[in-house]
Amino acid sequence: MKLPIYLDYSATCPVDPRVASKMAEQLTMEGNFGNPASRSHLYGWKAEEAVEEARRQVAELVNADPREIVWTSGATESDNLAIKGAAHFYQGRGKHIITSKIEHKAVLDTCRQLEREGFEVTYLNPKEDGIVYPEQVAEAMREDTILVSLMHVNNEIGVINDIAAIGELCRERKVIFHVDAAQSPGKIDIDLAEMKVDLMSFSAHKIYGPKGIGALYVRRKPRVRLEAQMHGGGHERGMRSGTLPTHQIVGMGEAFRIAKEEMADEAKRILALRDRFWSQISDMEEVHINGSAEQRVPGNLNVSFAFVEGESLIMSLKDLAISSGSACTSASLEPSYVLRALGVNDELAHSSLRFSFGRFTTEQDVDTAAKEVRKAVEKLRELSPLWDMYKDGVDLSTIEWAAH
Amino acid sequence: MAYSDKVIDHYEHPRNVGRLDDKADNVGTGMVGAPACGDVMRLQIQVDDNGIIEDAKFKTYGCGSAIASSSLLTEWVKGKSLDEAAQIKNTEIAEELALPPVKIHCSVLAEDAIKAAVKNIREKRGEEAEQAAG
Repeated sequence: MKLPIYLDYSATCPVDPRVASKMAEQLTMEGNFGNPASRSHLYGWKAEEAVEEARRQVAELVNADPREIVWTSGATESDNLAIKGAAHFYQGRGKHIITSKIEHKAVLDTCRQLEREGFEVTYLNPKEDGIVYPEQVAEAMREDTILVSLMHVNNEIGVINDIAAIGELCRERKVIFHVDAAQSPGKIDIDLAEMKVDLMSFSAHKIYGPKGIGALYVRRKPRVRLEAQMHGGGHERGMRSGTLPTHQIVGMGEAFRIAKEEMADEAKRILALRDRFWSQISDMEEVHINGSAEQRVPGNLNVSFAFVEGESLIMSLKDLAISSGSACTSASLEPSYVLRALGVNDELAHSSLRFSFGRFTTEQDVDTAAKEVRKAVEKLRELSPLWDMYKDGVDLSTIEWAAH
Repeated sequence: MAYSDKVIDHYEHPRNVGRLDDKADNVGTGMVGAPACGDVMRLQIQVDDNGIIEDAKFKTYGCGSAIASSSLLTEWVKGKSLDEAAQIKNTEIAEELALPPVKIHCSVLAEDAIKAAVKNIREKRGEEAEQAAG
């Protein structure tokens, strides 16, 4: 078994070996190295063919027209292009945008920037289960609302929003609907012929493709317009200039092709692994799942272990590659803004871990991980004054703590 | 984040974990921090008749650096007088454990904990002294 055991697939995935070998074919003199925009020779034509094949592969997984796929550098850029591009193009109609408090920073910070430019943004609070409900969106709609941006699957807690229903009510009101789908392709079905989504952001590296490549779906019927954010050679029908990185694009295409072929079986297998893991830790006292247990992608489990602190828990779990539900692992000592928005108290938010399982996770991995987690939680509870107090029957919420 | 060897040593083998009877006259308890902030330290000292700390115990909810800071502190205060213990500075703890800037607050909390424990035992003793005088 390779240590540490990788259980952080929501952060990124290893590239599938099939993807890597396809990518390697696009680089050297012997390979398909040409500039896809070169129209005057065979090298360019072959590169363009590879790019268009990949565009079809991406489109097929989400049931879109290949002409609706615009290559970007990743989901962050797609979010920026979608939100700023639509806001700037449609600002004549109004300046109100709706999003939620638990979006990825690529959406939240983009919205903050638009606020500085004079737009008004409503940040919806999800319900306790982490879901933003269609009726919340309907209530927040105004005459001057031009754009709704909500994520399909949350990166920290893995819960799924009902984007089909939200799409319906956006379309009725002729409001542009953008969905950040960095976490959902290959995990749950996406049918853009059915769903009334206007713009959708994708990333390759969350689905066993390479980092540094993503795409934005831009609906053709009814046509959605964007103001370009990157200017230059007019690539991607003027929406995103820059020489297309053939190897990255081919990698993303292959990753999406494999996902379409294998996702049904894979989802079942990964769900079984998650259930296997959970069944080995769920009998411990005061262990809770954050976010809806049902409306959730198979690979994600976000768990609070009350009375132990997340960062020290991660330190004990040095044979596991996981991330803290709290942001303690980053430079900030603030607990996760996602969990806080769900109404999880700060203390539980500090005690949360995200386990995410994927294509290369084995039963042995999850069994070892569960054993390690139990051991670490028990050890840290022995060290925890809060656990003592809980065991003594003290209600921690009645104590006046000196905040520092 | 990379931890120093000393932090890892204290974290993996914490010294003096446990609790003393906080109702006992010769035990001072300092509880500092808040769960919402991610750190709570409980430091207890047991003092002999000459005012020397003869035992110390801790329990800490917090990151590895917070656990290490309080573990180290229990080692340092044993054998010290209350005055000496109250003079331990967070900078000494931070230096000994090579804490990075983002973890300095853990050593500050440890300093607060020993000060609170000393204050607690002094209050207990002060009250006794007053009672005796009265």
